[in-house]
Amino acid sequence: MSSEEVKKIKKKNINNVAYIFVLPFVVVFLIFSVYPVIRTLQLSFTNYKGYGDPIFVGLANYKRVLSDKFFWRAMANTLRIWIPNIIVQLGIAFLLTIIFSDMKYRVKGLSIFRALFYLPNLIAATSVAFLFKTFLDWRFGTFNQILMKIGLVSSPIDWLGSSSTAPYVVAIISAWMWFGNSFIILMAGVQGISKDYFDAARIDGAGRWKVFSKITLPLLRPILLYVAITSMIGGIQMFDLPFLISDGTTGSPSGILQTAIMYMYKFGFEAYQVGYASSVAYVIFMFILVLSIMQFKLYRREDEV
Amino acid sequence: MAYKIKKTLLYVFLILLAITCLLPFLIMIVNSTRSGREIMTSFTLIPGSSLKVNWETVFGYFNLFRGFFNSLIVAIPTTILSGYFSALTGYSLAVYKFRGRGILFGIIIIFMMIPGQLNLLGFYNLVSSLKLVDSYIPLIIPAIAAPGTVFFLRQYVISVLPPSLLEAARIDGAKEIRIFHQVVLPIMSPGIATMSIFAFIGNWNSYLVPLILLNTPEKFTLPVMVASLNSSTDIAANQGAIYLSVAISVIPILIVFAFFSRYIISSISYGSVKE
Repeated sequence: MSSEEVKKIKKKNINNVAYIFVLPFVVVFLIFSVYPVIRTLQLSFTNYKGYGDPIFVGLANYKRVLSDKFFWRAMANTLRIWIPNIIVQLGIAFLLTIIFSDMKYRVKGLSIFRALFYLPNLIAATSVAFLFKTFLDWRFGTFNQILMKIGLVSSPIDWLGSSSTAPYVVAIISAWMWFGNSFIILMAGVQGISKDYFDAARIDGAGRWKVFSKITLPLLRPILLYVAITSMIGGIQMFDLPFLISDGTTGSPSGILQTAIMYMYKFGFEAYQVGYASSVAYVIFMFILVLSIMQFKLYRREDEV
Repeated sequence: MAYKIKKTLLYVFLILLAITCLLPFLIMIVNSTRSGREIMTSFTLIPGSSLKVNWETVFGYFNLFRGFFNSLIVAIPTTILSGYFSALTGYSLAVYKFRGRGILFGIIIIFMMIPGQLNLLGFYNLVSSLKLVDSYIPLIIPAIAAPGTVFFLRQYVISVLPPSLLEAARIDGAKEIRIFHQVVLPIMSPGIATMSIFAFIGNWNSYLVPLILLNTPEKFTLPVMVASLNSSTDIAANQGAIYLSVAISVIPILIVFAFFSRYIISSISYGSVKE
């Protein structure tokens, strides 16, 4: 055997170690990630109740989801919270990005402000829900007291108990939790833009707004898109906050806070219609899949440009 | 002059926004020292004298330290397992050439896009057929397979590990697992630390999965325990106690953040731009 061959065999042996190294991951992954996904799909074609034997029912569950007005209501509710949320969240994050990347004012303290703005995102949604529920309680809450003290309102407002305010309050709480995260990502995007662009623009005598609209904004576009779509994928799965604020899956007041995942949870863990809930999960997943593909396609297009 | 005024206005805006981020926490801490009646009738940022009473009320409902301890029992092994095995898997995917590597990596990327809450029903079904409901095992063991962390650490290895280092270690005759432990892990540690902080915080805050898996109140993790206040207390009388229990659950996260905010922020930036 030549030394060349010995080397080859040795190299091969070295690579074989990888099978042992990835084994724990693969085993646990197959059991706890892959299997549940397949199992959910399987159950979605049955009338499984959480006990007993599942009976195959074909596409009946899917037909039921798509024709159930309460499912669509839950989807609409989710959007009703998500849309104002993303407007406020991205709006503030974008404004902050403009402020901190402005060449004229050169605002300082980026790292401190960034940390402070990110703080609300670290706290468990359960704690946030509780904090605001108590804070906004219409009879005893501190918020109404402040408003009445400064004379903005004359009688307390039932922020979370009225269906005309509750979705927007949840949207704003959610924006409060997430704007710091969006800001960090956008700011990283600005810092990733090569200084050469800005220098060249300055030499050419371009004004601040021109630099912003011709350089910063176009280069930030893919990142804005990334933030919006990731937020939408996350937003469709909104659960903790509305669930805790509205005392369970009913989505009170008047079901307006029942999000899509709360609807799924209600059938899967409260109403013993696991088969049906599984099909709800897959319908929601299809929406997310479409969004993910859109994101991927848009990315690709940005890359080609 | 106009420049100075405008600049001042910008700072005023930023500081006001920072206050909106901090004020609810401040109110939470202050109100946890005041009685329900005081909170109801007046608003102030000066601490009251009812901390002890509130404390007793909270612990009358449940042992919050128990929840604290339970959360640690789940969050610490989860963080360690996901850090170690994700590093090992990410490193293997980056360094070794083996059959199935491409498929494995592809599946990992696909699963990063599958939202966790959507395999919840199949997961619960599996756990109940394994007779593991109301146990910490299904909360901890799945951490061994964290696709997002593996993906991040694979990219990380590629960018920080010089291949010549591995060659040198191999010529010295070191075994592969020893190379991983003694050469690779130390180099990867900043990346592992970053992901571990996220894993810990995510786990500490996790609500939905422990909610469906745990039945025995003594086993509740902190978020589940705090949320159970929802149904069990009278907000009017116990506002102070509610604020206190939320405060106790939030403090560890604030401490973690105070020490690691730099890592956390840099990794959010990294994740979004470098991919």
